[in-house]
Amino acid sequence: MLNRILDPIRGAWKEATDSQVWASIFRHGKPVSNRNRALVMMSNVFLHLHPVKSRKAGIKLRYTWCMGGITFFLFLVLTFTGLLLMFYYRPTVEYAYADIVDLQEHVPLGIMRELHRWGAHAMVITVWLHMLRVFMTGSYKPPREFNWAIGVVLLVLTLLLSFTGYLLPWDQLAIWAITVGSNMARATPLLGTEGPLSASLTLGDIALVNAGNDARFALLGAQSVGQPTLLRFYVLHCVGLPLGAAVLMAVHFWRVRKDGGISGPM
Amino acid sequence: MPETPRSRPPGAAPKARPGKAQEGGAANPKAASAAKKPTARRRRPTPRRRAAGTRPKRPAGARPKRPVRRRKAGKKVSRRDFTALAVGWSMFTAAMAVGLTTVGRFLFPNVLTEPPSSFTAGFPDDFAIGVVDTRFKERYQVWVVRDEEKIYALSTICTHLGCTPNWLEAESKFKCPCHGSGFYITGINFEGPAPRPLERVAVSLAEDGQLLIDKARLFKFEAGQWEDPASFLAMT
Repeated sequence: MLNRILDPIRGAWKEATDSQVWASIFRHGKPVSNRNRALVMMSNVFLHLHPVKSRKAGIKLRYTWCMGGITFFLFLVLTFTGLLLMFYYRPTVEYAYADIVDLQEHVPLGIMRELHRWGAHAMVITVWLHMLRVFMTGSYKPPREFNWAIGVVLLVLTLLLSFTGYLLPWDQLAIWAITVGSNMARATPLLGTEGPLSASLTLGDIALVNAGNDARFALLGAQSVGQPTLLRFYVLHCVGLPLGAAVLMAVHFWRVRKDGGISGPM
Repeated sequence: MPETPRSRPPGAAPKARPGKAQEGGAANPKAASAAKKPTARRRRPTPRRRAAGTRPKRPAGARPKRPVRRRKAGKKVSRRDFTALAVGWSMFTAAMAVGLTTVGRFLFPNVLTEPPSSFTAGFPDDFAIGVVDTRFKERYQVWVVRDEEKIYALSTICTHLGCTPNWLEAESKFKCPCHGSGFYITGINFEGPAPRPLERVAVSLAEDGQLLIDKARLFKFEAGQWEDPASFLAMT
């Protein structure tokens, strides 16, 4: 009786697994032997970034905390929820705040915005914890020193993603937080009006670095936080920074593999 | 990553502490590692207790009998495996179903900002005979026309591919800018690729005596629906 139901399913399954489409996707059969496991990893563009083999002790949860993996997972969650938010959010002074309110009240699952926001907070925390773990286990030492450097850049990108996302709700908190935050750019050496050595860049009595062309202006697109700032931060938040982070993450994972997999306990 | 003897740098002792013996006892290991980068890269940060392949082989037959839990085609699935698979896949399926449903639902907002499909357009006497009223075109995509006998409302959607024609007063015709379809003031097509006349929308009188236009009801000429009294408002 049960077989009468299961046999067509088995038949369909066999037909599917015997097809050319299946063979094109799963090129090396089931990963039941060590050789096949390695082949499956190596012939997959996503998996091949990951170490083919890791030592059991090296991937123990209490050794790695899985913090890098959780961070990557959160990045994927943020990319996906961010994409959904982009369907409703318009980065203009006129609409930005109203769209954020709409996202919570007029759209099913007003939780989507909260998922994005809390996910972002969580990602900052997990990135720090990942860094702490790598430091405490000495995994930053050669030959992994280059990957540590990439990780530091990824940390900065994560913080910048948080910073640029902070402005997008366009409420009072956002505007004044970015006003305060971007004021720091004034103190950039050479490139900020109030930074060290900037005052020495003069042509006769004309200051070459002024409020209209310094690093802060480049960040804001204006002399104060306004429409150009919102658009700049939006583009950076949705395209520029995630793209940079994604590329560096690929390098980061690739280097883990090239440097001999996840480091073992010291 | 278990190290095979093949991948070990030549000369390095199997259990050597990395960074010590490898540099050949150089007085300054840092300088040596900087000079010989490729060698330094191949160093392993931790010693291995046992390299793969050196695991002592058990004599054949000495393997302890253990129930093999790998599934084979046609064999019965053990109760334990079945439970684990059923619970696991059920939870996965449920999670995916909930996730995809909610994401799908997210794309359909509870509030729309587009104008309603029915609206009042003023009193019938406000419309002059033989004039095409274009006031409602932009917001509601409707022209209101009055002739000697009736008031009717035409949808502004071209019956060719859905562009919006313009009312050309000088030439007394609706002309579509996309592919050149032309319609008389009645909505009947006479030039260009449009295959059929413009559609009428429902016209009636609201309780306050104003014209009530309902875009949700459409009347096609070619289907004989323009005879329907709901498709126009008689003015006699």
